[in-house]
Amino acid sequence: MDAQTLYDKLWNSHLVRTEPDGTALIYIDRHLVHEVTSPQAFEGLKLASRRPWRTDSMLAVPDHNVPTTKRSGGISDPIARLQVETLDANCVTFGITEFKMNDIRQGVVHVMGPEQGATLPGMTVVCGDSHTSTHGAFGALAHGIGTSEVEHVMATQCLVAKKSKAMLVQVNGTLHKGVTAKDVALAVIGKIGTAGGTGYAIEFAGSTIRALSMEGRMTLCNMAIEAGARAGMVAVDETTIAYCKGRPFAPQGAQWDKAVAYWRTLRSDEDAMFHAMVELDATKIKPQVTWGTSPEMVLAVDGRVPDPANIGDAVRRADTERALQYMGLTANTPITEINIDKVFIGSCTNGRIEDMRAAAAVAKGKKVAPNVKLAMVVPGSGLVKAQAEQEGLDRIFIDAGFEWRDPGCSMCLAMNEDRLAPGERCASTSNRNFEGRQGQGGRTHLVSPEMAAAAAIAGHFVDVSKI
Amino acid sequence: MQKFKQLDGLVVPLDRANVDTDAIIPKQFLKSINRSGFGPNAFDEWRYLDHGEPGMDNSKRPLNKDFVLNQPRYQGAQILLARENFGCGSSREHAPWALEDFGFRVIIAPSFADIFFNNCFKNGVLPIKLDAAKVGALFKAVEANAGYKLKVDLEQQSIAAPDGTVYKFEVDAHRKHCLLNGLDDIGLTLQHVDDIKAFETKHRAAQPWLFA
Ligand code: SF4
Repeated sequence: MDAQTLYDKLWNSHLVRTEPDGTALIYIDRHLVHEVTSPQAFEGLKLASRRPWRTDSMLAVPDHNVPTTKRSGGISDPIARLQVETLDANCVTFGITEFKMNDIRQGVVHVMGPEQGATLPGMTVVCGDSHTSTHGAFGALAHGIGTSEVEHVMATQCLVAKKSKAMLVQVNGTLHKGVTAKDVALAVIGKIGTAGGTGYAIEFAGSTIRALSMEGRMTLCNMAIEAGARAGMVAVDETTIAYCKGRPFAPQGAQWDKAVAYWRTLRSDEDAMFHAMVELDATKIKPQVTWGTSPEMVLAVDGRVPDPANIGDAVRRADTERALQYMGLTANTPITEINIDKVFIGSCTNGRIEDMRAAAAVAKGKKVAPNVKLAMVVPGSGLVKAQAEQEGLDRIFIDAGFEWRDPGCSMCLAMNEDRLAPGERCASTSNRNFEGRQGQGGRTHLVSPEMAAAAAIAGHFVDVSKI
Repeated sequence: MQKFKQLDGLVVPLDRANVDTDAIIPKQFLKSINRSGFGPNAFDEWRYLDHGEPGMDNSKRPLNKDFVLNQPRYQGAQILLARENFGCGSSREHAPWALEDFGFRVIIAPSFADIFFNNCFKNGVLPIKLDAAKVGALFKAVEANAGYKLKVDLEQQSIAAPDGTVYKFEVDAHRKHCLLNGLDDIGLTLQHVDDIKAFETKHRAAQPWLFA
């Protein structure tokens, strides 16, 4: 048989049937569900008198709308409350396991799934959420789907899909101190652009990736969608297997051994062919900061805001001008001279325990700068929160003047009350700097947890690799 | 799903690249548990001068007169002409719901984000990829001619411009079939129940831990 990529292996092992035009039915092993993209799908099932095909493949959690303070008081916004209650009710009606808002296992769906071992190597994982690409870090085929597809997967356990092309992103070398998986992700997007991965499934490989923890690999795969790729993935190795061991949904005993033997085959064959290849030298990557309203508008922290006058292409020049205007930035300003108003540390990109530790290490013994109105740390799940508190990280943050919140999506998309006011500028560890993403008129700069914590302390961006 | 066969529709040009689904329908409207009613809030932050929230009477809100969708000459447009990477970002199907509810049945752009592209087909909206030069020419033509319309024919996979130019476009056979006939995927997939069950049995035997 021909040499196969990891993507080929995952695709082939889930292929139910293929139509003559290449349209395929792919079997889905894990279906994660949250409150925002599921109500219309459940409604559709009910209207058609259908039942979910396999409720044991499903796991639900409310995350987008939940408050991050005073949670015992419930959700004050009646529309948001209804949406969360609708999820609760649907899970009861259809017999689906749900970690409710006040369950310690509740969290951002892409933090919760892996943490529970609900995401395992070799799986197909879907969720009505574009950042489902996160789960590819486990050598799984994971991608975001729309609500019609959520309903389709519920009803048939399958997804109608066409095979993507395969792209290999090779990153080799040792990252400098203060340079993280987030910076690698932003550097990749800076290189290939937000549409660079459109139509592809990306496999991240190379010595840099092998050296990353599972948390780091999740951060990287999480942002594959920001490069336009519906799926990102990393081959299975000992790091993957060690992470999965002992998790609540992971197999045990003889099943575990059998699973591990299979999982070890989940990597691209030596001479497998990719449709596109991209290479990055890790030693050249510096801490990254986005300056504009698209993740590809990104620079190294020692750079300067671009000058539209230097851009030849008319469409790109107009985009740059519009982004500078929205962001309230002047061309050629050094990134390190940009002052910030707020800081958000959290999200499915950077809300895991390792991110909490990294940010705390920078904040330890320091104080949030007086010009920073709010610096908030939002753990990705209740279990991340508990672990951080056990390690005393909450004290470090609180003593430094950060707010220590309850888990959820929070100011990553500002569906709850955590949001920027018009014109406010934020150093954020989330994944999207689109106009209005963190609140109408809000200005987002994407950075790593270390960079966000350092910016909170300094009141402006600083190069963490220099402190 | 509503069928799509042909459309002779007014075109509105949205001249920016990387229009994301957060812009198409901002997050506060995603709290709805319904599938319809998103049209008045399509492009909310660009269309209105105030901050929109669910439940507001949109007819009383101040309009941003500069935004292209608000210009009198484009009222009633059913074809949206856009730039690269249209629909990037969030997977929210609320984006095609909002566009469809607003009145759009066709979106023409040089490229689309994958999930958005897919979501359109599930909602009777036809996204058409044309190369950037052709899209560029259409932008010029729309801006130069008030009342500019295009004739889109899915069966023929063609777009006819008033000057007689005909643009051909590609579309997957499966998607075309579903859209032409207004078929819903679930019904089609359930015709293959036996295949799914056979696969499942085999899959369970090979990886029993997936069925714990
Ligand atoms: S944290 Fe942000 S990106 Fe992640 S699932 Fe929540 S809203 Fe989406």
